[in-house]
Amino acid sequence: MKVVVCIKQVPDTKGGVKFKPDGTLDRAAMLTIMNPDDKAGLEAALRLKDQYGAEVTVVTMGLPKAEEVLREALAMGADKGILVTDRVLGGADTWATSQTIAGAIRNLEYDLIITGRQAIDGDTAQVGPQISEHLGIPVISYAQDIKVEGDYVIVQRQFDDRYHVLKAKMPCLITALSELNEPRYMTPGGIFDAYKSEITVWGRNDLKDVLDSNLGLKGSPTQIAKASDKVRKGAGEKVSLDTTESVDYIIGKLEEKHVI
Amino acid sequence: MNLAEYKGVYVFAQQVDNEVSSIALELIGKGKDLAKDLGTTVTAVLVGSGVKGLADELGEYGADKVIVIDDPELKDYRTEPYTHALTSVIEKYKPDIFLIGATAIGRDLGPRVCARVHTGLTADCTQLDIGDFPLTPMPGKEQKHNQLLMTRPAFGGNTIATIACPEFRPQMATVRPGVMQKLPREAGRRAEVEEFNPGFVPNDKYVEIMDVVKAVSNVADIMDAKILVSGGRGVGSPENFKILDDLAEAIGGTVSCSRAVVDAGWKPKDLQVGQTGKTVRPHVYFAIGISGAIQHVAGMEESDIIIAINKDESAPIFDVADYGVVGDLNKIVPLLTQKIKEAKAAAAN
Repeated sequence: MKVVVCIKQVPDTKGGVKFKPDGTLDRAAMLTIMNPDDKAGLEAALRLKDQYGAEVTVVTMGLPKAEEVLREALAMGADKGILVTDRVLGGADTWATSQTIAGAIRNLEYDLIITGRQAIDGDTAQVGPQISEHLGIPVISYAQDIKVEGDYVIVQRQFDDRYHVLKAKMPCLITALSELNEPRYMTPGGIFDAYKSEITVWGRNDLKDVLDSNLGLKGSPTQIAKASDKVRKGAGEKVSLDTTESVDYIIGKLEEKHVI
Repeated sequence: MNLAEYKGVYVFAQQVDNEVSSIALELIGKGKDLAKDLGTTVTAVLVGSGVKGLADELGEYGADKVIVIDDPELKDYRTEPYTHALTSVIEKYKPDIFLIGATAIGRDLGPRVCARVHTGLTADCTQLDIGDFPLTPMPGKEQKHNQLLMTRPAFGGNTIATIACPEFRPQMATVRPGVMQKLPREAGRRAEVEEFNPGFVPNDKYVEIMDVVKAVSNVADIMDAKILVSGGRGVGSPENFKILDDLAEAIGGTVSCSRAVVDAGWKPKDLQVGQTGKTVRPHVYFAIGISGAIQHVAGMEESDIIIAINKDESAPIFDVADYGVVGDLNKIVPLLTQKIKEAKAAAAN
């Protein structure tokens, strides 16, 4: 069994969020991590490796620095890492990104492709389903449980007020929720091996069956009209009073706003 | 692609168990605004099995036309037949704009549809306008008019981007539930109804639904609450949420919580506000013992009035609160509950 996992290196917004004096986000000061939903997807793949001896290949698209996230995946137990990086791929929206990754995956054999549901920087949840469409295979999004039975996967697919138990013939693409599992830690031996391992680096010319007109900024149907760091509405009043005064203060505001 | 052929605002009228989802009516409401600016109409696309009867409701909420795709293959949501349904509508009717709810269904369906028809899709929009792209004239670049400008937060709510799709049609967006306003229901208002069936032939992409397991939930939907009394780790214990329950009852609100509380197993996930929970915008939001991590703030900062109670005066929640009170929630909350009861009793007399 062969499993391909798509992962992304993202800025860490948890805890380490840094702001500039004007209240906007200071990206340069933030650390990067493996996107949490992707990490759950990787863990799901590694469990298939533990159970069935699946071969796990991780693919990422990004700047050369994104190699770090592949080494982390190898240290967790993935077998092979592929970095897709090329200047002409920059500025891609989800359409062009999914075209790129589909072009890379066409070079690989796979029974299952696992992506995270969404990345914490873009929050779109679009790239996984788009890859599956380009490859012409079924997609099951929002997976909270994955089992393999013969040529089929059986997946619990989460909805707002229910879940469906779905059965799909492989090859199939699954998008993983971070609730799927608790990802394992890297092992010391794994880290040692990961830094010796060869990372495969692919550029534009290594992508299979993709038109130039579908890649990078030029191949992106959506275009940014305006982007800005969100200007927060800012702090209101803050008071430090004794208990009775504090309560009177809140009651006063609730009455002023006609809440009570 | 001849862009001029594409006309009209279309919305996906999501239904689950043959009940129209609130987001469908919200999209019709927003669609009417956009259609007015463009001098066109709103068409709702209703997909399911035995759903034709729902078309009247869509008309009463403002749809000018309803396209009904009714087929046994469409009984419960599945990616492939629903994608085929919407893609067929786009190919036949050529809409200028196509809106889908950013629900667990829409966020799976939207990307698959846009990938099949080759157009752009903007995720989880919180604002939609008709305007020019580029926003201001730029030398050497044609400024296109009457474009859909789609605004969305990213980076856990830290950045805001406005996105256009000038060269491809339809212009597609998924829209966050609870943000757009539905129109008042106008009894007896009728939409033109047209039935359309593109034919559904199962293949390997038609996954099999082996079971549908509905969550048993007795809790109120925090997204519908006008007043939320939200507790964080600072509440201290699951038992101590009693003082928040009492406050909520006195003021006519609903209890919600932060992620830390869910992670600790004190409250179920349906009550979680924030980036990985629900986005809420009540009239009043009480943040009690909540430090105000950025992921939490992203889910509640659009509330009309934010009142924070926290003993740590440097807690980031005070940066977004309209009214911040530094103090001990164990003393303040019970007294506040008592005084609200007294105020309400006084007002009733």
